[in-house]
Amino acid sequence: MSDTLTRLRLWWQQLAAIMIKEGKQVVRDPSSWIIAVVLPLTFLFLFGFGISLDTTVVRIAMVREDGGRDALAFAAALTNSRWFLVVAATDRRSAERALQDQSVKAVIIIPAEFGRRLNAQNTTAQVQVLVDGAEPNTANYVHGYVQAIWNGFLAARGREQGAAPAAAVSVEVRYWYNANAVSRWFLIPGSMTVIMTLLGTLLTSLVIAREYERGTLEALYATPLTRGQILIGKTLPYFLLAMVSMLVCVLTALLLFKLPLRGSFLALGLVSAVFLVPALGQGLLISVTMRTQMAAAQLGLMTGYMPAMMLSGFLFDIHSMPPWLQAITLAIPARYMNVSLQTVFLAGDLWSVLIPNMLFMLAVGALFFGLTWRRLHKRVD
Amino acid sequence: MSVHAPATPAPPAARVLGLVKTFGTATALAGISAALPPARIIGLVGPDGAGKTTLIRLLAGLMQPTAGTLEVLGSTPRAEGGITQAQTGYMPQRFGLYEDLSVLDNLTLYANLRALDAATRRQRFAQLLSFTDLGSFTERLAGNLSGGMKQKLGLACALLGRPRLLLLDEPGVGVDPLSRRELWRMVNDLVAGGVTVLWSTAYLEEAERCAHIWLLDGGRLLYEGAPARLSERVRGRVFRRRVAAGQARQTAESELAREAVLDAVIQGASVRVVAKPGAAGEFHAGVYEAVAPRLEDAYVELLGGARKGESLLARGWPTGAPADTAAAGGAAAVKADGVLVRAAGLTRRFGDFVAADNVGFEVHAGEIYGLLGPNGAGKSTTFRMLCGLLMPSGGAASVAGVNLSRAASRARARLGYMAQKFSLYGDLSVAQNLDYFADIYGLQRAVKRERVRSMVEMFELAPLLHSNASLLPLGFKQRLALACATLHAPAVLFLDEPTSGVDPLMRREFWHHINALTTRGVAVVVTTHFMEEAEYCDRIGLIWRGRKIAEGTPDELKERVRSPALAEPTLEDAFIALIQGEAA
Repeated sequence: MSDTLTRLRLWWQQLAAIMIKEGKQVVRDPSSWIIAVVLPLTFLFLFGFGISLDTTVVRIAMVREDGGRDALAFAAALTNSRWFLVVAATDRRSAERALQDQSVKAVIIIPAEFGRRLNAQNTTAQVQVLVDGAEPNTANYVHGYVQAIWNGFLAARGREQGAAPAAAVSVEVRYWYNANAVSRWFLIPGSMTVIMTLLGTLLTSLVIAREYERGTLEALYATPLTRGQILIGKTLPYFLLAMVSMLVCVLTALLLFKLPLRGSFLALGLVSAVFLVPALGQGLLISVTMRTQMAAAQLGLMTGYMPAMMLSGFLFDIHSMPPWLQAITLAIPARYMNVSLQTVFLAGDLWSVLIPNMLFMLAVGALFFGLTWRRLHKRVD
Repeated sequence: MSVHAPATPAPPAARVLGLVKTFGTATALAGISAALPPARIIGLVGPDGAGKTTLIRLLAGLMQPTAGTLEVLGSTPRAEGGITQAQTGYMPQRFGLYEDLSVLDNLTLYANLRALDAATRRQRFAQLLSFTDLGSFTERLAGNLSGGMKQKLGLACALLGRPRLLLLDEPGVGVDPLSRRELWRMVNDLVAGGVTVLWSTAYLEEAERCAHIWLLDGGRLLYEGAPARLSERVRGRVFRRRVAAGQARQTAESELAREAVLDAVIQGASVRVVAKPGAAGEFHAGVYEAVAPRLEDAYVELLGGARKGESLLARGWPTGAPADTAAAGGAAAVKADGVLVRAAGLTRRFGDFVAADNVGFEVHAGEIYGLLGPNGAGKSTTFRMLCGLLMPSGGAASVAGVNLSRAASRARARLGYMAQKFSLYGDLSVAQNLDYFADIYGLQRAVKRERVRSMVEMFELAPLLHSNASLLPLGFKQRLALACATLHAPAVLFLDEPTSGVDPLMRREFWHHINALTTRGVAVVVTTHFMEEAEYCDRIGLIWRGRKIAEGTPDELKERVRSPALAEPTLEDAFIALIQGEAA
């Protein structure tokens, strides 16, 4: 019995030694601080302030070739819209020039026949909208807004003329969980996924490659340390580091960006911890495979960061991807993390959503750790 | 240093039988069978690529043999779960230290990895810190230690678990004679306590001090046994011929050209000659003094003797050096006094630290000048200032009459530089390396074609032209590096530990070329930690704590430390005595 205890104590002593060593190296290495603190904050600020998928006010140029009452009324509707800042242009050519030098994002032309065609039977009035196709996102917004203003204009005109509204049914969109459809609300949880992937995968992808490169791995392997101790000892410090960094992110999100947290801290912590299993596992697998830090970092970025950005549903909606790409996203832990984080922040502790997602993450993580275990021989040949 | 064998023959510390290790198509070890006698220092000797590191890693359980068996301390080494790792200490090349952790952190880490309890740990730390004299540096980061101190810390870490077998992979590389001598003292103490030490080295003067050697070459064991027994093969055939000042190089060349001579090397103002078997009678007592054989003499014989013949590098040396056309100045810039390298009051400060303090010397055309000194003495700083890689804080350096701080790139066109680890581009082929270096030295197209062609011819590189430089055998790497450094026929050649890790035959070939270049008026500046190499120098400047503390020919330096206690001082004795004299 005491023999087992002694052996356990020695086992723990060895494990603690390697963890303390990793910890000290992290603390002394300025680059790990940058990755753990500066990088997450930069990311959050970038997605919180800098990048927004909401379009605010768009500058447009308007060319009115019709001097009639209806044209004036429609022009006024455009000018009064809170979505547009309208710059009047004298003719089509000057408006096009403004579009070319990007001083406006779109041009709206109300043609000469506008009023006549609107009031005549059998014809439809036309409005031309020129948008900068190089910015499809903005182009879509402009198109949508013009459509909306046009509908409003028609409705108002109908009411004025005492006619019944054109449509009996009007569609009113309500955004659940994010009533104002603020993109920041889903961008910030999404960027946390990216940050955690970077931390978990990138930092750990270097841990063994670095020792190999510096020639310390041999000395470490030549001690009676076991594989399990190496694996745990090299993972835990980075797990703690990533959790601390997650806490920094969450506090920033709640206090600075006023994100709601509709779920509990417990669920948030649990989801984060579970996500780190595949993230760290992936990093370690890379680290035992690659022999230079350079190659390991590149592979870490390619297989960790890039998919977390592109294929996690963070920036691009998974359901609008082609089926084969959707199939690939199933193997990407960031995808499950993204859904889980958005759920906890915006909807609440919906365990029916969280548990399957966490199970998927654990499954991917188990695969990575299993492969790492098989590749990690305490040998250098 | 000899250790008495115990009365009852103890079992060997390790035994290998038919050991084979291959990596893909390359064979590192081609069937080795031998035993390590216990409680001795066993020298594992051989050039780079002989299989030394592979053998040590196999013994440490870090690799699995392709075929054959090995047994360490009575069991098969396993990376995990075996008892061997608990009982062996292993110090890899570069010492296996965490450079971003302090001395104490490193010790604590390895103590815990070996699961020492607190009491044992305290006791071992105290012992090892006093043993290694590192007691006052415990808080210093390992990366900020000098080479000698790193080596001692690496050794301390390997010794924490009180190993019965200590495996040291080239502990002497990059470490000065002073630190090496201290390491020997420490290792001898361990052996006296019953530890078996396997010490790998490319240097035969180190191997000679071991009780027993394993001599590896190309993955095969050429010899196993006491070094003295190997030296016996050439007893009676080794002579010393004293020559007049400045005659050593010509004499060595002419001796080597003789049919009866197997090997001839320069030792300061004398030439050491090894006669072929049965030819000893040709060496008359009046001119040749019989001397005791050394391991290196026997080793060279074992490998078939030194390479003979004129150096084609010198023969192909252009008379009107092409660099004259590449860089203005040229031969005209060389002063009539023949001084090609001039350092005057060279000083370099890094913050408060003075790395080089008023260093001055001159090197003449056709002269070989050695810069010697312990690690961290300021040797490399001086060297870098002379190559134009570092700006001096004070003083001036000129090469071939061109001041380095005023016209560094013009001066660099007149100098060739060869770094210790052959700074070639490993991913480029031999031809591409040559092309590249010819281009960066600005050789004109016709000159370039001619120089590259003659380099390929004289270094026999033709069959390897399209192989990647990283895949060349070591000897060819050395040739290619020398070819690249001399393509532009520089007036001055700087060599930074040029034959580190290279076996005696390759070193001879290298110096054969360098010696021949001096006959063409090339001035050579060389740094080295190995005294055999320092013997090739005409004059030596000894640098210590940033200052030049002694200068003279190898024989003058030896003469300065001769005393009744030290009747026949070696250059290493001189090196150590001069520094200790200065420190006192």
